Amino acid sequence: MSWFEKTAEAPAHVPTEAIWAVCPGCKAYIAKDAWRAADKVCPRCNHHARLGCRERVALLTDAGSFKELNPEVSFNDPLRFTDSTGAYADKAKATIAKVGVGEAVLTGTAAIEKIPVVLAVMDFAFMGGSLGSGTGERILLAAEKAVALKRPLIIVSASGGARMHEGIVSLMQMAKTCAAIARVKEAGLPYFSILTDPTTGGVSASYAMVGDLNIAEPKALIGFAGRRVIEQTIKQKLPEDFQTAEYTLAHGFLDHIVPRKEMKAFLANVLRYAGF
Amino acid sequence: MAKKTQAKLSPWDIVQIARHAERPNIGDYLRLLCDDFVELHGDRLFGDDRGMIGGFATIGGERVMLIGHRKGRGIDENIEANFGMASPEGYRKAMRLMRLAEKYGLPVVTFVDTPGAYPGSEAEARGQAEAIAHNLEFMSTLKTPIIVVVCGEGGSGGALGIAVGDRILMLQNAVYSVISPEGCASILWRDGTKAALAAETLKITAGSLKELGIIDEIVPEPAGGAHTDPAAAVAAVKKAVLANLAVLKKLPLDKLVEQRYAKFSAMGRF
Ligand SMILES: [Zn+2]
Repeated sequence: MSWFEKTAEAPAHVPTEAIWAVCPGCKAYIAKDAWRAADKVCPRCNHHARLGCRERVALLTDAGSFKELNPEVSFNDPLRFTDSTGAYADKAKATIAKVGVGEAVLTGTAAIEKIPVVLAVMDFAFMGGSLGSGTGERILLAAEKAVALKRPLIIVSASGGARMHEGIVSLMQMAKTCAAIARVKEAGLPYFSILTDPTTGGVSASYAMVGDLNIAEPKALIGFAGRRVIEQTIKQKLPEDFQTAEYTLAHGFLDHIVPRKEMKAFLANVLRYAGF
Repeated sequence: MAKKTQAKLSPWDIVQIARHAERPNIGDYLRLLCDDFVELHGDRLFGDDRGMIGGFATIGGERVMLIGHRKGRGIDENIEANFGMASPEGYRKAMRLMRLAEKYGLPVVTFVDTPGAYPGSEAEARGQAEAIAHNLEFMSTLKTPIIVVVCGEGGSGGALGIAVGDRILMLQNAVYSVISPEGCASILWRDGTKAALAAETLKITAGSLKELGIIDEIVPEPAGGAHTDPAAAVAAVKKAVLANLAVLKKLPLDKLVEQRYAKFSAMGRF
């Protein structure tokens, strides 16, 4: 019996959840301490599991340097949206309580190896990282802050796309955020986009794809349309590696794929090339 | 449906009018709206998308750069135009033509009529997301007036990719949405047959979008919809485009771009 087969089942006679994390990639059981120490990167298959926005901030910035911007900006419910599972406003409030952030993105000023930046980090746990009006507003304000402070802007994306519950208003956040990014670039400031798993739909088709540098984590799902929609359209099965970071890089849309534990040093290095 | 008065049309009825096979398409606008049209082909990178067309056009004596999604009429033309679903080449061609418009001091007029950007594997490989994203960024700073006419289906990011402008006009029976009612119903209601309910909930009609501050002006259509009298429908569009053009042309370009930024920044700020 191989090591894989052994680890693919929960080791016997232990209370599982308390001690073991399951890799979403290869389903291996990994001791929780080791999982945390590895920043949720699987030591077996190199799967980069999703991170909460505060975990990501801790990983990318100098300790104690992060100061949150615009915590007062939260979701809006312009359509008073209700579907078969209930009211959007109720779901959003429950999500805020659960995830501990007021929107699908956390923004702030921070330092990366002592280089001052403005950072925005999306959180997939907040309604699939969907781009709502509060998300767009926070990103716009972060971009404007970068211009005001003459700092580079870095956005870490993790999103399934626009937030349907806010209808057309969520669609407009794509235009709104891109307009704000354009101003960062016009000010001669760097804008780096980091695409993590997943970055699709309205987020890939707006600020995530227009970085001076587009950087991704290994194996991250990156694309415009969903796999199932495409398969229905072309009536063919898509290859396994379709819409991975590696596929996206090979097609010319990424500058670099950077493993999680190297990301902070990578950012500091390219920020210095950009004159910071 | 045709017998219902406009006030009684449900959002789902309006979706059907917006998608009507005989609804005026870009070909009709070129024929009935323009005194002259010089089509400009290709994105200079890969190909010439037939689902998105553009070129120099003259509307009521005004020279403009006209760009629009292309739905065909009949099956052959629709296959050629990919049913109005543009590929990355279409968005890149649109950007190329808008750069030319800026250089030559021509206003841009876009016609939005698409179920959405093409969701195919080739489109993904050639960067559908990147193509749309760069248009959004680029259009926000373009130093020439942009008038957007949502004339049929405004399908999500594929629509928005040519719909960032100074004045957003929308025909009375056009729709504009983040997702199709069918798609929304199957995801959020887990039931594709709830499309009519989704259409109502998503607020995708011109009246709702005007209330939400997303569009600036509703262009009236003949009773029963634009397809019942294309000449009258196009005449109303012409009148609205020329009136808005006259206003926008008076603005200094810096002020125009500043106002465009303010307009989109304010969307979703409550
Ligand atoms: Zn694994």
